[in-house]
Formats: sequence, C-alpha cells, structure tokens
Amino acid sequence: MIVLQQLINGLQLGSIYSLIALGYSMVYGIIMLLNFAHGDIIMVGGYIALLIIGAGIHPAVAIIAAIVGCMVLACVIEKAAYAPLRKAPRISLLITAIGVSFFLENVAQLLLSANPRSFPNTAIIPTANFNLGSLNISLTTLVTLAVAIVSMALLTVLVNRTKMGKAMRAVSEDMGAAQLMGINVNRTITFTFAIGAVLAGIGAILYCCKYPQVKPTTGYLLGMKAFVAAVLGGIGSIPGAMLGGLAIGMAEVIVNALGYTTWADAVVYVILILVLLIKPTGFLGRTMSEKV
Amino acid sequence: MKKRKQLSTPSKYVINAILVAVLLAGGALLYNSGALNRASKAVLIQCGIYSMLAVSLNICTGYLGQLPLGHAGFMAVGAYVGAIFWKATTAWPTGLTIILGLLVAGLAAAVFGVIIGIPALRLKGDYLAIITLGFGEIIRIAIINLDGITGGTPGLLNVPKHSSFLLTFLCLTAAIFITHNVIHSRHGRAILSIRGNEIAAESCGINLTYYKVFAFALSAFLAGVAGAVYAGFQGSLFPKSFDFMASINILVMVVLGGMGSMTGAVIAATVLTALPSLMQALSSYRMVIYSLLLIVVMIFKPSGLMGTKDISVSRFLEKLMNGELFKSRKKEGQAHE
Repeated sequence: MIVLQQLINGLQLGSIYSLIALGYSMVYGIIMLLNFAHGDIIMVGGYIALLIIGAGIHPAVAIIAAIVGCMVLACVIEKAAYAPLRKAPRISLLITAIGVSFFLENVAQLLLSANPRSFPNTAIIPTANFNLGSLNISLTTLVTLAVAIVSMALLTVLVNRTKMGKAMRAVSEDMGAAQLMGINVNRTITFTFAIGAVLAGIGAILYCCKYPQVKPTTGYLLGMKAFVAAVLGGIGSIPGAMLGGLAIGMAEVIVNALGYTTWADAVVYVILILVLLIKPTGFLGRTMSEKV
Repeated sequence: MKKRKQLSTPSKYVINAILVAVLLAGGALLYNSGALNRASKAVLIQCGIYSMLAVSLNICTGYLGQLPLGHAGFMAVGAYVGAIFWKATTAWPTGLTIILGLLVAGLAAAVFGVIIGIPALRLKGDYLAIITLGFGEIIRIAIINLDGITGGTPGLLNVPKHSSFLLTFLCLTAAIFITHNVIHSRHGRAILSIRGNEIAAESCGINLTYYKVFAFALSAFLAGVAGAVYAGFQGSLFPKSFDFMASINILVMVVLGGMGSMTGAVIAATVLTALPSLMQALSSYRMVIYSLLLIVVMIFKPSGLMGTKDISVSRFLEKLMNGELFKSRKKEGQAHE
C-alpha cells in the first residue's frame, strides 16, 4: 500500500515536471536552444499568482494573470534576447539564455528579497482528502493530474491538428526549407515560446500548490529537473517530455522514500549523466547526424 | 624587402621575467608598506585569485571552444583538498607544505577533470554545458553530505592562512605562463584547431578526445590551484561559495574579457572583482548588472572586449624597433603572441 501511495505522489510530481519539460523540449526542438530562463519564468508565474491573491483579488484572476504573465514574459525574452542571435553560434545563444535566467533571478531577489514567501495554495485548491482504504489522495493531487492530462491532450491536438502546429513541426524539421515554403519562421518560434510558457505557468501554479512557497531561486532547480526530464524522454519529442517527466518524478519520490533526501538533487544529475552517456537521444528522441 | 627586426626568444623571456619581477616586487612593497588598508588588500588578492580562475576557464571556453558550467566544482575540489592537506601538515616546514599543498590541490582537481572530461567531452555544446553543470552540482552536494571530512554546511574552519600577496601573484604568473606556453605549443595548436572545426581537425588526424581531455585537465588543474589559494586566503570554506552562481561569475569574466584572450580574462576578472568592492552602493545590483552584461555583450560584441587578442610587451618592443608603432596595423592573422 505504501508503494502505491508513493506511486501516486510520484505521478503528481512527475506530471508537473512533464508540463515544464514540454517547454524545454519544444524550444530545443525548434531552435536548438537550451532555454535556461524557462525555469525562472515559472518562478515569475508563482510570484504573480502570489501577489495577486495577496492583494485580495479572486484566485481565478490570479491564475489567468500568472499564465498570461508567463506567456508575455517569454515572448519579450525571445524577441529581445534570442531573436537578435538567430544566426549567431549556439554558444552565444546559450550564454545569453544563462544571462536571462540570472537576470530574472536577481531582479526578483532585488524586488522581492531572497526570503521564501508562503504561497496561498488553499485559496486555489481547497484542502480535502479522499481515503481509499489506507490510501490517502488529496484534492491537489487529483486536480494536478486532471489539469496535466487535459493540457497535454490539448497540446497534442494543437501540434498535430492545427495549421500552427504543422508550422511548428516544419520549422523544427528544417528551418530554411520551412521559410521557403512560406512559413513565417519568426512568428512560429515566438508562438512556440508562448505555448511553452503557458504550460510553464500552469506548472508553476500546480507546483506552488504542492510546495506552497516561492523564492527567487525556485525556478532554478525545478527547471533543471524538468530539463533532465526532457533529455531523458528525448529532447524535441513531445510524448518523450511527458514520459521523462513522469520518470523523474517517480525517481525523486523513490529516493526520498528511501531516506536519502539530501542526495535527491544529486540523483537527478546522476540520471542525466547516465542518460547522456548511454543513450543521448533519450527514450523517444531521434538520432541526428551532423552535416559537414 | 627589408627584413623585419625581431627579438630572439631568450631575450623575450628575459624581458618578460624582469617585468614580472619588477611588478611582483613593486606590488609586494606596496602591499606591505601599509599604504593599503585591509579591505583593499583583500580585494587585491581576490583579483589575483579570480584572474587565475578566469585564465583557467579560458582554456576550455576560449581556446577549446566548449562551455563548461561546473568550473566552481574544480575550484571546490582544489580548495578542500588544499585546505585539508594544509591542516594535516601544520608541523611540516611552511614552504614545503605550501608548495606541496598547491600541487596536491591542483592534481586532485585535474584527476576530477579527467574523470569528468572523458564522459563529458563525448558530448557537444549544450549537452556538455549541462553535464558539467551536473558534475559541479554533484561535487557540491557531495561536499555537503561528506561532512565528516569536509565540515559540511557549517564549513571547514581554521585553514592555515598561507596566501600572501606574493604567493597569489606568483601562482597567477605561473598559470599565465603555463597557459601561454601550452597554447603556443603543438598541443595548443591542436586545441585551437578543435575550436575552429572539430570535424576538420579530426580528419587531419587530431585525436579529439585526447586533446579535449588534456585541455580540460589543465583547466581543472589551474582552477584547483586557484581554489587552494582561495582556501589559504579565506581561512574557512563553505560549500555555498562553490555553487552554480560561482561558476557563472567566472564565465562572465571570460566572456566579457574575450573568449580566447588571456589579457582580456585578467582585465575583466580584475575589473569585475574590484568594482563592486570599491563601490559599495553597487554591490546589491552586482548580479543584475553581470547578467545584463552577459546578454548585451553576446548581442552586440560576442567576441568580448579583447576578442582573441593579447597584449604582448615583446611584440610592442619589436614594433618600436621597426618604427611601425604608429603605422596602420598589417594583417598578421590571429594575434596569438
């Protein structure tokens, strides 16, 4: 029974990681950029929700504001910092992404102090528990799972069934050819960032409901884990990111349950290193050959 | 065509050695004369340590063209190994302990460099960045958890304070000398060719893995020595000083100075270390400014302040001898002198 309980915890954590990993994976798939700032967008989303609920405004407004805020922020970052470097070497783009991530983190620290603030999670999802035998499932868990499943289903439809989704797939396949076919590459890239950020915003709310506090460095470790999830699943692959997220969530819960809490963060990196050494393409990634 | 006058290699060495000796002696005199207060002395030593770190990271980032994000991890290994060695050997003659401690620290970091380098360097670009970041974090988490040896989060205290002005800057000089000579050797040319184009380098018979691991280990060695100097300067070590933020700090110096320029690395390290301490009002904005600098430099001048250029006294003298100092510069290829 305790195994099943941990499994449910892992599923909850894993689905949050999946949502965030999708953002990494889609952006990497389209412009080959490891978007370091993605984790910090989550932190910003958490703060927006926290401050709006703190001001006494209805939580539904806060959720929408957080998601829209993340989306706008991601588009601004893409336009201001990444778009000018479209043709630059990838190392420049990566350094810029690190710069953006640190900029967000430090601005948040300057404006809101480095101390963690507690997140009003009960205002969004009321505390309620359901008991199935000795199994204890909270409402937060159920909501998280439901929201994650619906979001991923919508994303799959968006990517596979709509015109914009088709454009996204085309650009990630071959940017030059896509442009020749009349696809607006820049708009498609911005759209990809926006979708990733919407998922990050949803992930931010769900994460803060599970661990009800926000601090400027919240995004760093969360982003790191989600990135590992994306690599584990095969970067660039949408079902891969979902699978990878669940695997990382499970792994973390297992390590914690075994009592190695202080090593839990190291385990994520060990998984990353092992994946990269054994199967760099991850579960569902495609092998890419380099053109000379 | 008139033959260009040139300095012979030994005379270049002599000129540089004299210059270095004068600078070191002058610096030491100033340092010990009492003209500086304690805070500025500390800043001076820190500038030396960070210059050393920037020079060592520059081997990987500037010359090899990779982006390791776990440099603080190597520094941490060197710092802890050096500190523990020094604490264990307080009974030995001071000079011997200091030199052995620095060597042991550097070698320990180099061993980690090889262990991390062999798997990491099979990957490229973003993956290499992220895997080195992971290793750096693992080193830090291990230091926190192995508190029997390292003191864990409360820190390793009472490290003998061996890092004088002379020791710090002698180490910096040695680091620059070693790096300069390696980069201008056969090994160095191989490393530079990897930066140029990996596939082309490999097809010319350059063993990619060997040279990458070599550069990585050298970079780690120097970072380890810098770490030991840091330990001997601070007198106490905390795992928090070696987090991801510290690695980024060093990276900013290299990027800003110009990837592939040692002069740039030293100048950027000195400026970025000295500025926040000199302007107290700036210190809370430090990281915001650093991160903005990273973005702005990447967008507007991706090669950094110095590009791949270095300042060379002997080249300056040669130009003076030939009377071409004020003439327009001839095309000399990449100025790697």
